[in-house]
Amino acid sequence: MIQIFTEPLAYGFMQRGMLAAVMVGILCAVVGCYVVLRGMAYLGDAISHAILPGVAIAYVLKGDILVGALVAAILVALAIGFFTQRGNIKEDTAIGILFAATLSLGIAIISTIKTYALDLTHILFGNVLGASDTDLVLIAILSVIVLVTLLALYKELLVVSFDPVLAATLRLPTNLLINILLILIALAVVISLQTVGVGLVAAMLVTPAATANLLTRRLPTMMLIAGMLGALASIIGLYLSYYLNIASGAVIVLTTTVFFFIAYVFAPARGIFWNLRHRPPHAAPTR
Amino acid sequence: MNHIPAHLQIQDLDVRYDNNPRLALDNVSFSVPEGTRVAIVGPNGAGKSTLFKAIVGLLPRERGSISIHNGAANTLQECVAYVPQREQVDWRFPVNVQDVVMMGRYGSLGWFKRPAKKDRLAVQHALAQMNIENLARASIGELSGGQQQRVFLARALAQDPRILLMDEPFTGVDVTTQEATLNLLDQLGAQGVTLMVSTHDLNLAASRFERVLLLNRRLVAYGAPAQVLTTDNLLRAFGAHAMFVEGKMIVDDCCPGDEHLLLGESPALETLER
Repeated sequence: MIQIFTEPLAYGFMQRGMLAAVMVGILCAVVGCYVVLRGMAYLGDAISHAILPGVAIAYVLKGDILVGALVAAILVALAIGFFTQRGNIKEDTAIGILFAATLSLGIAIISTIKTYALDLTHILFGNVLGASDTDLVLIAILSVIVLVTLLALYKELLVVSFDPVLAATLRLPTNLLINILLILIALAVVISLQTVGVGLVAAMLVTPAATANLLTRRLPTMMLIAGMLGALASIIGLYLSYYLNIASGAVIVLTTTVFFFIAYVFAPARGIFWNLRHRPPHAAPTR
Repeated sequence: MNHIPAHLQIQDLDVRYDNNPRLALDNVSFSVPEGTRVAIVGPNGAGKSTLFKAIVGLLPRERGSISIHNGAANTLQECVAYVPQREQVDWRFPVNVQDVVMMGRYGSLGWFKRPAKKDRLAVQHALAQMNIENLARASIGELSGGQQQRVFLARALAQDPRILLMDEPFTGVDVTTQEATLNLLDQLGAQGVTLMVSTHDLNLAASRFERVLLLNRRLVAYGAPAQVLTTDNLLRAFGAHAMFVEGKMIVDDCCPGDEHLLLGESPALETLER
């Protein structure tokens, strides 16, 4: 029985893959709490697609693909912040324009490269089992940077997200804090390139955090639960991928989705099941 | 009074929304000595909320200056607390009452510091003062409108302010909350906190405040209630919205959600009778 769990881990690539997937799962889920609470799901998606031209340019210049992705993601995150904070373009419009533009640019560059086909699928859908030791170190360093920043700026990010009026009264640099948050999201997106790929990053940011939001009513607990769900989904996903021979990124995302629906149906006080059983005689809506 | 330095001084203040040709506040100057209770009265659109927002720095000034304790307005910000008319927060956000009140301490805590025992005590004290200790662990989405307001008043208390700005705290709240708010005003007044409260209730302005500031984009009158709330001044401030019914003055703000305001037979208001 225990062999089911130990057997895959006999392979070095599975060990590295597991480590990478767990780190990315935790990081995305914790950062994702802000993505969910601030309603930035679309933004996460946009940043993930904006990586494509960065990766393509890095490939053409024979540079490091992760560095290319990092630069592109941060640039587009700050561009979205710039357009929105000037106030004359709505956020979703700014995202819509940049999202399509960067994706097109990425495809345009890639279409000029003949030998790219294989690597491109890895970028789009991830290749967690191809994680090298260098990748692992990079993922670990970036994860620590992002999590420490989130922890250090906990109060400030909380106020800016919950009550912009108080943030202004306390003279917090709101735009700077939001730009920092955008960069943290960009970093999380870039390192998840390895495990779930560009196409599915948004799910890793949003789904575990949304699930946690159904299960708790405090931000620290929400981050903790989201992180655990992200890690758990990555582990389960990788085992399923090993035994059923399915693309790992897809299984990981599907596992988080299953978690979400379980919570949606059975969550205490908020799930469908609870509401059916505990429907109050007179539903009193709060203001 | 002259030897007390002006705690809050507003000089030649102009505020404009975007590119609106009309100023929202036009050449407003006044000063509030430390520990004074000021009611701000004026019709809808008079710039009462705008004045508060300009003081806390939510709106840019086009002209003029705001100084607190003779320093520029942005230097001593943690001593100013502001309770807006309607909180623009996300009520589904995963924070409980205690968390929200603790945010009042963030200004004095500063960057990277975690709340200490002193801060937790201040929060507990503020909750007790607003009589909502039993709600400490309730999430904010579960509260009634009045309870929500008391939470934000508790947060303002936890800020330990020297100046407290409250925008329409008596509009659209239940009697308990109104009573709690009035008690709070008395207590803070006794502690020497400077209070500026906007209200539609002329009675309340006359009976509970030392000074009244009558505003209609420009400053109409400012001083002791009996001197400010005269028929002439009210007509100048409220114009067509002021009416006389059976010898008493009624100011009517016709916008939805606002109560019709009737001046009662308070002795302080004899000046208003014809």
